Amino acid sequence: MDDLDRRLINRLQHGLPLVREPWRQVAQELHSHPSEVLDRLHDLLEDGVLTRFGPMFDVERLGGAFTLAALAVPDARFDAVAEQLNALPQVAHNYRREHRWNMWFVLACGTEAELAATLSRIETLTGLAVLNLPKEQTYHVGLYFPV
Amino acid sequence: MSVCISRSDHHLALRLVALTQGGLPLLDDPWAWLAEQLGISVESTLDLLKHLQAEGAIRRVAAVPNHYRLGYRHNGMTVWDVADVQMPRLGELIGAQPFVSHCYRRPRRPDWPYNLFAMVHGRSREEIDSYREHLRFLLGDACRGDEMLVSSRILKKTGLRLTPAP
Repeated sequence: MDDLDRRLINRLQHGLPLVREPWRQVAQELHSHPSEVLDRLHDLLEDGVLTRFGPMFDVERLGGAFTLAALAVPDARFDAVAEQLNALPQVAHNYRREHRWNMWFVLACGTEAELAATLSRIETLTGLAVLNLPKEQTYHVGLYFPV
Repeated sequence: MSVCISRSDHHLALRLVALTQGGLPLLDDPWAWLAEQLGISVESTLDLLKHLQAEGAIRRVAAVPNHYRLGYRHNGMTVWDVADVQMPRLGELIGAQPFVSHCYRRPRRPDWPYNLFAMVHGRSREEIDSYREHLRFLLGDACRGDEMLVSSRILKKTGLRLTPAP
């Protein structure tokens, strides 16, 4: 990664300008050329430094029902319960975290009814009480990792 | 669905999601490609993108880095028990810190006292510890307790997908 790569990563995390010739504008800002910028972006994606380039949707604005929830899983059952949860298509993310509530997952459902059904399904499947923490207010969402 | 997005825009937005879920093709003129796929003019495509961005349905058209590859290997979910009356101001303040990627208010529960969640990322454990200290300083007396839950294993990560309503 050289200086142009770094500046391009930082610039493109803020978003492509929604203008007729977006690559020309980005290239001008970076004192480069549109073809060079596209080549660099291609390589950064190929190389895995960037995981995706494109519109970042707030899918919650487009419909659906979501929540963050947690389970306190006894250590002996941890892997088995992880498998039970991960098999559910509604489980979008699942992380182990170091806490009494040690399994944290995001549920993404089509409707509120499906979300409620999935929560009780998880309690039935695992025999554990779910800590359900749906968001009430968003103060900030924006990953920015300067390099 | 936001009340500000018209039915036709909502329909186009869903097609946009389907077309670009895997990413936008790296073309000289990406808007012309999108316009052709959507069967609308380039002008209308740009107007649609600007409108969806203004309404928050699209955050931006941007690059998502692999933060592990960029050296950000540590993350902590910091959780705080903040006085309700101060939440509007303090939620905005905590969310505005450059090292906070996500910041939400969530409900307290009988066995869960924390109502403010802020995700922090850093290159070392010391770095995220120092961020937590800074948040603690900003919250001051309005905060009655906090914890930081560090992730030790990714069990599943498929991302949020739009699932069609049954």
